[in-house]
Amino acid sequence: MTTQFQIRNDFPLLSQEVNGNPLVYLDSAASSLTPQTVIDRITRYYSQEHSNVHRGIHRLSQNATDAYESTRDEVQRFINAKSRNEIVFTYGTTDSINLLAATLGSQVQSGDTILITEMEHHANIVPWQEITWKTGAELAFIPMDSNGDLDLDVMKDLLRNRRVKILALVHISNSLGTVNPVEEIIQIAHENGTLVMIDAAQSAPHMPLDVQKIDCDFLVFSAHKVCGPTGFGILYGKEELLNSLPPYRSGGSMIEKVELTESTYQSSPFRFETGTPPIASGIAFSESIAYYKTLGWEWITRTEHELFAYAENRLKSISGLKLIGSPQKRAAVLPFVLEGIHGMDAGMVLDKKGFALRTGHHCTQPVLRHFSIASSIRASFMFYNTKEEIDRFIVAIEETKAFFT
Amino acid sequence: MSAIEMSAIEQKEKELIQEFARYPDWESKYKHLIQIGEKTSHLSEDQKTESNLVRGCQSQVWLIADLDGDMVQYQADSDAAITRGLVALLTRFYSGVKPAEILQHQPNFLNDIGLSQHLSPTRSNGLLAMIRQIKIYALAFQSKLSARN
Repeated sequence: MTTQFQIRNDFPLLSQEVNGNPLVYLDSAASSLTPQTVIDRITRYYSQEHSNVHRGIHRLSQNATDAYESTRDEVQRFINAKSRNEIVFTYGTTDSINLLAATLGSQVQSGDTILITEMEHHANIVPWQEITWKTGAELAFIPMDSNGDLDLDVMKDLLRNRRVKILALVHISNSLGTVNPVEEIIQIAHENGTLVMIDAAQSAPHMPLDVQKIDCDFLVFSAHKVCGPTGFGILYGKEELLNSLPPYRSGGSMIEKVELTESTYQSSPFRFETGTPPIASGIAFSESIAYYKTLGWEWITRTEHELFAYAENRLKSISGLKLIGSPQKRAAVLPFVLEGIHGMDAGMVLDKKGFALRTGHHCTQPVLRHFSIASSIRASFMFYNTKEEIDRFIVAIEETKAFFT
Repeated sequence: MSAIEMSAIEQKEKELIQEFARYPDWESKYKHLIQIGEKTSHLSEDQKTESNLVRGCQSQVWLIADLDGDMVQYQADSDAAITRGLVALLTRFYSGVKPAEILQHQPNFLNDIGLSQHLSPTRSNGLLAMIRQIKIYALAFQSKLSARN
């Protein structure tokens, strides 16, 4: 039986103090903490195994390549992809979306529509905006209601009445915590011949993903939000779709044959992977997945569900605290405002008390405008957080209120 | 350097460091900043325009400047209390100073009063962005003054 006490020992950063107070890390939605096994794997790679991948015939390079490529197999199983060729390594979620926007975007024409939602992270807005500027395609948005849920009726109209090439939407909103019904949405989109990309940056750390079951065409996430290293991310795509896309970056490894005037390209995933990748991060991400396996999804989801419900109830009990939105299903993050106190002010005081939180617009300015808020406070939770930390958080919020009155 | 040789801005710097020495812990320092912000006159709603907004701040910060003789006068406001204190501190510090002096000045006093942590270049409370905007105004006024002479 796993206990949270044991779990916390796996994360060396959790024993830190900030300003004389024990650190309470409530910013896992920005980046999750790293278990010791992952840190050790990075160290072992650099001290004993470092060498470039996909190049040398020497032993070190072959070992590094094997370790790096075995992460592809691990990721394939982690999200239940059909083939390892469907797992493209990138530098993170933002990079994955840029890759997709640039390559798929080159097949978009004037008169086509790219559909996103009102609750996207800037990383899933701006790359598509750029494609519409280049191609003359239109960018349309699925609106959300006052609870922070998507309006699926409007989505159906948009899909029916426009030539929507791609629908790119977030699985769990990073600023609201809304869990979107992606399976239903994907089915409706497919009925209208629209491809779907799921931004799983916030869902991959918290729920088992099955790309075959939800039947998404593409799915993206970052390693560093799944207890992994930074600078490493995933673009999943159905194999035949990935092989229909042009290359993104050009250089070594991605080519099959280079003549002086023309080259032929490798198929996925190597078509999209050129230059020396973040090898240590890639190799160590296997350990992150192993860590998730050790804990088990059953334990993770139960623990996080209890923790989240506890936090939501306790926060609701604070007078002058208003949770932003009330979506039908919420997970991972709780955004709120304190009456009469700017989010930035509250965040600065809470920081001094040892609380790591996100304040501001969370890279989702349209979402905050929707709720007429300039700056919110976001607490995000992970299985290594405890109810005791939430209790301390509640006390700290009360103290913060008192500080500003 | 003796007090007599000190420039006006150096004198101001010294006074500010002395002022903040009375607030050693973060709580009293923040409270003092909030007070400075409250005591400084706020901008009117029609001065809080898009064009007066300082980009790069998590909270909204508006900054305006005027030339008074050969000195710059700054006024600023923010929707966040601690940030309003920070900008009020800066506008108080750089008001009544000649553009050339403002341009030459390095705000090292922020280290000495324990506020340098607010100088991180991105996603911070935008102190760096405020200082940049203060200097941009100074540069514009300096060109105006040299055109006049």
